[in-house]
Amino acid sequence: MQIWVIQTLNSLSLGGLLFMLSSGFALIFGLMRIANLTHGALFMLGAYVAATVVRAGYGLALAALAAAVAIAIVGGLIERLILRRLTGNPQGQVLATLGLSFVAADFCLMVWGGDPIPINTPAMFRTPLQLLGLSFPTYRLFVLAVSIVSAAALYLLIERTRLGAMIRAGVDDMQMARAVGIPASRLFTTVFCLGAGLAGLGGAIGGPIFNAYPGLDGEMLPLALIVVILGGVGSLVGTFVASFVIGFVYTFGIALAPDLAYVILFLPMVVVIAFRPTGLFGRAIT
Amino acid sequence: MTQRAWLPPLVLLLCLAVFPLFAGEYFVNLGSQVLVAAVFASSLNLLVGYAGLTSLGHASFLGLSAYISAWLAVRMGLGHAVTAPAALLLTTLIGMAFGWIALRATGLGFLMLTLALSQIVWGVGFRWVSLTNGDNGLSGLTRPQPFGWNLEISNNYFWFSLIVAGLSVFLMSRFVDSPFGASLRGTRDQPRRMSALGFNVWAIRWVAFVVSSFFAAVAGLLYVYFHKYIHPSVMSISVSAEALLSVIAGGSGTIAGPLLGALLVVVMKNYASAYIERWNMLLGFVFVFIVIFMPNGVVPGLRHWTRHWRKDSP
Amino acid sequence: MSNRREFLQATSGAAVTLALPGLASAQARDDHVRIGLMTVKTGPLASGGIDMERGLNMYLAERNNMLAGRKVQLFVADTGGTPANAKSKIQELVELNKIHVLIGPLAAFEALAIDDYLRAQKVPTLSVAAAEDMTQRKANPWFVRASSSSAQCAHVMADHCAKTLKYKRMALIADDIAYGQEMNAGFQRVFEDAGGKIVQKLFPPLTAPDYGSFLAQLKTNVDAVFLGFAGSNGFRFVRQFNEYGLRDKVAIVGGMTALDESVLRNMGDEALGIQTVNWYSAELANPLNVKFAAAFRKQFGYDPGYYGAATYVNGAILEAALNAVGGKAADRDGLMAAMRKTDILSARGPVKFDSYGNVVGDVYIRRVERKDGRLVNSVVKTYPNVSQFWTYDPKAFLANPVYSRDWPPAKNLES
Repeated sequence: MQIWVIQTLNSLSLGGLLFMLSSGFALIFGLMRIANLTHGALFMLGAYVAATVVRAGYGLALAALAAAVAIAIVGGLIERLILRRLTGNPQGQVLATLGLSFVAADFCLMVWGGDPIPINTPAMFRTPLQLLGLSFPTYRLFVLAVSIVSAAALYLLIERTRLGAMIRAGVDDMQMARAVGIPASRLFTTVFCLGAGLAGLGGAIGGPIFNAYPGLDGEMLPLALIVVILGGVGSLVGTFVASFVIGFVYTFGIALAPDLAYVILFLPMVVVIAFRPTGLFGRAIT
Repeated sequence: MTQRAWLPPLVLLLCLAVFPLFAGEYFVNLGSQVLVAAVFASSLNLLVGYAGLTSLGHASFLGLSAYISAWLAVRMGLGHAVTAPAALLLTTLIGMAFGWIALRATGLGFLMLTLALSQIVWGVGFRWVSLTNGDNGLSGLTRPQPFGWNLEISNNYFWFSLIVAGLSVFLMSRFVDSPFGASLRGTRDQPRRMSALGFNVWAIRWVAFVVSSFFAAVAGLLYVYFHKYIHPSVMSISVSAEALLSVIAGGSGTIAGPLLGALLVVVMKNYASAYIERWNMLLGFVFVFIVIFMPNGVVPGLRHWTRHWRKDSP
Repeated sequence: MSNRREFLQATSGAAVTLALPGLASAQARDDHVRIGLMTVKTGPLASGGIDMERGLNMYLAERNNMLAGRKVQLFVADTGGTPANAKSKIQELVELNKIHVLIGPLAAFEALAIDDYLRAQKVPTLSVAAAEDMTQRKANPWFVRASSSSAQCAHVMADHCAKTLKYKRMALIADDIAYGQEMNAGFQRVFEDAGGKIVQKLFPPLTAPDYGSFLAQLKTNVDAVFLGFAGSNGFRFVRQFNEYGLRDKVAIVGGMTALDESVLRNMGDEALGIQTVNWYSAELANPLNVKFAAAFRKQFGYDPGYYGAATYVNGAILEAALNAVGGKAADRDGLMAAMRKTDILSARGPVKFDSYGNVVGDVYIRRVERKDGRLVNSVVKTYPNVSQFWTYDPKAFLANPVYSRDWPPAKNLES
């Protein structure tokens, strides 16, 4: 009984983390139809930036903010300098982001070296939460809370602000959106910055759990892909729900059948694209 | 084909044939690796360049073929005469199944599906230890001795690879120049029109997928014979990505493109890493550069630039 | 027409690129001793790989780059941690750079990938990689290993847990790779032979960033859990272990790479008191190590660990062997024989090789303590003269299957 409770909590917190990871990817994919394969590297870069800030003595909150801003800027540069030259060439965009992920990963190795850099859990979250005779890391529940708040904030942004209206219009029909005067160019840059910033934020928030280390990008990217595809392109609700579905599938799957870890992880994605391309909530990706 | 179009490939083949006679063993071995990469990249090009389907999971076919051959040799003690056709056959069958799944989508969906399928194969390779020996890989493999020809000698292996690679590339070029190849290019450029004309676009693509997986399996055999060792990392995304880079860099939609691209990537990887510590970053930059400035690849890109200098470009 | 142009350009491109080697190959100097270092400087294994280079460079620099009266030319190859690259790099080192001796590789699968090549080319190799069978069932005559086989140190820790710490019930957890499996298997064997019971074995995937799911499954009615992790996974596990409140319920003991110095420097109080086993500690009191560790710390700002010490010790072995053959590095058979007959004192203590090429030396139980404001692995106990076979008869040992997830069979597992 106890194990099920802990695994459920694990699933929820992993789901929250996955949402923090995937929301940026979903946003960019949904609006710009760019599968940003640099996303994992941006997440990792966010973790490294946060680690550096925390090591310098500042708190996690400031570190997370710094990471989000720094990565948002990087995202903006990527969009302006590179992706912009490849408009109308989706294959080129995917490949360019793939190349950039190599660059970003090697950059992290160059600057921070090969050792994993821990991010210390903020002092207030260090003692485990005691619940029904079990202990559970308080920080993970905090991450869950942060993800729910982020989801709510993003939802409000998309549904209630002007920027959100422009994004929704663009997701629905980019050409029409342009025709009614939405500045596509600026919108794209803004959204890419936002998506990248979310990746950086995710890396910072996930830092105390994963730490910053070389290879983090390669582990995170497939998860983001799986979540977004499962949830459905263009749907933030889909990404949110899918994050938790995958959180459960992964946590319980790996406990019950560890040998099939990768199969369990990727099978939903295969099934979705092959048999229900709209995912749980979204529209078809092709 | 124009009258003497067979001349340049023949010249190239002859140059390569005499190459081992004046190059050191290291370069001969490097050449063998280039040939393996060339076959692999060419097989991927059938999908990317001629069918217009970008795949990020091609390494799974290379790996499956290599593993099947290795497994049958090590665990069942079978000789190469059996393991080679078995590996090719089984991998192609898996290619048929994967193709059926992956072609439920096109474009980005297809890319994701190939990626997912390849990750599943990769994960199974690592975790199903009783089958694949997991992270230790399968070692103790041998090279075949076709008609008593000792392929353990580097020069011999180079010539063997050259023959296999030459034959494969030739067959692939006949394939794309055939009427089927023309319809394949049609589905790449104008799928709806082709469909309207009564072509079964899905079936055409599926056939291309299967043929491409077959040639990837051939590359897999060349690979495992060369290394005499197989490890699950051969089925990772980076291997697929490198092949994709070779195709894009050299020029998709041409026969020579992937060959040149494979040469570039293999040489750069081996060479650059000896002299430049940040060669991964260099690889990434080269990737981005080629995608932006030479989107059709180096071969057409160079042609385009040299056109500015020459007045007599046809 | 365009086809022909393409081919012409392809051919000329090929010709030019293939000619490049002639222009730019690193000239191998005939009068030098040419050493190849095969390591990993990019990718997840980079941290150990960079230390390997540092350790060796330090050894050579202390001797003004001269061994046995001859100048040394060092070729460093970065394999990126993939077996295919390992193969390319060894070919480069042997065929292009014409090395006399190889130090490395780092990872077990790299060693396996180049095994037959080393045999064919007769390259004396001082390995760092821990793959068991390289010095057991498939012993390579050109291969010696001065670090440890995967289970060599695990046997020691099992003995320590059973006899000194008096643990009765333990759980084992390690990365799901051969190294982790071999280590756990060795531990299980000695622990159960000494009367203990292994009641749980867990093997998270190597690339699991999160151990929550496994920590939930970990039994709390055990005395301790043994960590067979490599690299940063051990450190991550310990942190998450504490966060799940398991610290007061279950003790942790670790294998040789679980809390290596390179990982320890990034940890905090959560590591205090944890005992691990290794063939080295930066705190070893022998004069050679006191000098080495201090110099390493001064130059790089952190203590040497498994990887830095491995190549430093390999340097010492190589020097002794070269001295024994009068500096004639080109005499491969002579050099190899001299290496196998090594009997020296090094930074890790005394080093000898058994007939299979694996080291017989001292193994240390260490405990994490805070000293001079930093965390160190203080030596608590020394087990002298430990071989890869522990106290088992080598022939009987080798008649058994290689250590794996399923061998020895775990008879005391509880669900």
